[in-house]
Amino acid sequence: MLAKRIVPCLDVDHGRVKKGVNFVDLTDVGDPTEIAAAYEAQGADELVFLDITATNEKRSAMVDTIRKVASQVFMPLTVGGGIKTVDDMQALLKAGADKVSLNSSAVREPELITAGAEKFGSQCMVVAIDTRWQADQNRFQVVVNGGREPVDLDAVEWAKTAVAKGAGELLVTSMDKDGTKSGFDLKLYQTLTAAVDVPIIASGGCGALDDFVDLFQDTTVDAALAASVFHFGELTIADVKQRLREAEVTVR
Amino acid sequence: MIVVVDYDTGNTMNVKKALDYLAIPNQLSADPATIAAADGLILPGVGAFQKAMAALAERNLVPVLQQAAASGKPMLGICLGMQLLFETGYEFGAAPGLGILPGEVVPIPAKQGFKVPHMGWNQNQAQRSNRFGQVFDGESTYFVHSFYVQTAARNIVATADYSVSIPSIVQQNNVVGMQFHPEKSGKVGLAGLNAFKEMVADEHFSRN
Repeated sequence: MLAKRIVPCLDVDHGRVKKGVNFVDLTDVGDPTEIAAAYEAQGADELVFLDITATNEKRSAMVDTIRKVASQVFMPLTVGGGIKTVDDMQALLKAGADKVSLNSSAVREPELITAGAEKFGSQCMVVAIDTRWQADQNRFQVVVNGGREPVDLDAVEWAKTAVAKGAGELLVTSMDKDGTKSGFDLKLYQTLTAAVDVPIIASGGCGALDDFVDLFQDTTVDAALAASVFHFGELTIADVKQRLREAEVTVR
Repeated sequence: MIVVVDYDTGNTMNVKKALDYLAIPNQLSADPATIAAADGLILPGVGAFQKAMAALAERNLVPVLQQAAASGKPMLGICLGMQLLFETGYEFGAAPGLGILPGEVVPIPAKQGFKVPHMGWNQNQAQRSNRFGQVFDGESTYFVHSFYVQTAARNIVATADYSVSIPSIVQQNNVVGMQFHPEKSGKVGLAGLNAFKEMVADEHFSRN
């Protein structure tokens, strides 16, 4: 059986790892390669690197970062943030990334997913969706530009479209839950897993070991992503996996 | 020297990075003479079966690889590179593979609760206790594939359970295949590449 994956996320700014709490405040926590190696040793199943810089030189900086990490750390690597063209994807995949993750650029230009899928295969194409509950519309609303700009798009409909366009995996962040440490947004993931057939990585809200158990017992998502609880050592990946094993969730 | 066959497929650089990390002498090459002179060959591969066979044919590498295998040279196919070792693939219609190992490459059957592609970490069960079976028995490795190999049980070193039992490691004499990505499977994956290096060294020693 496939193991449920535990995925730390590293926010990278000019080659240094940062963590934006609620997408705003930044705290420097270090060198990407060293942190990646530490997470590999802890038993992480995959790493996501999110490029949070917004300047022109960033593409080459991120490619360089991935090249360095991939020469020392031998696990699946996903890279997202500011990828706008097939050439951007190719540079990152060639540097050692296994998947690229599109967010705002895919909302603006869904054909970009298809172009990437045709060239590299759907298994390389992750679409990241940031969403929050929109009560007056009774829907999960898509938010782009690093969680700053709501758009008139239903997240579940967008998930279906993204998969139809060639996404092989979805990385879905609940902005309502992100930073709250009150558990994953189970309703969001139950809705999404019923709507699409690709693997889903859940993100946002974990604060305690049992949050992971609830996620994997109450939804059929494939992976859980977290950042600050791991970065600041509040939880270790080994502890998360131990608790999941006790709850009879298959982990590596 | 181990040569990684360089035919413009996805995981080539990551295989090289893993060999470099392990300090295993290696080079990338698509040159038939270099490939023929190698002590051991690694055939990487990501993507579609027919396109990969066409890329090998374009570089005149099909007979070179077949002769290398027939000569007893240790050869390791990884992911699609393993699938190409077999006789026939069925992605977008039937197409011939390298035909070095007997068997076919067919779609993973769709079944409730089993998404295709088979992507993520899955556990290997050794069916034979040879050097690769010993490294990987009970260990989880990273898979990404939509097709799997059907071959005689005697060629299967290890399997992984999914909607069907998937041959995760195959071997016939000097030719080995790994359906997962050892270059993306952490410590145990690196141990598997090291085991191939030892196989190459043993073969080299016994010949010279």
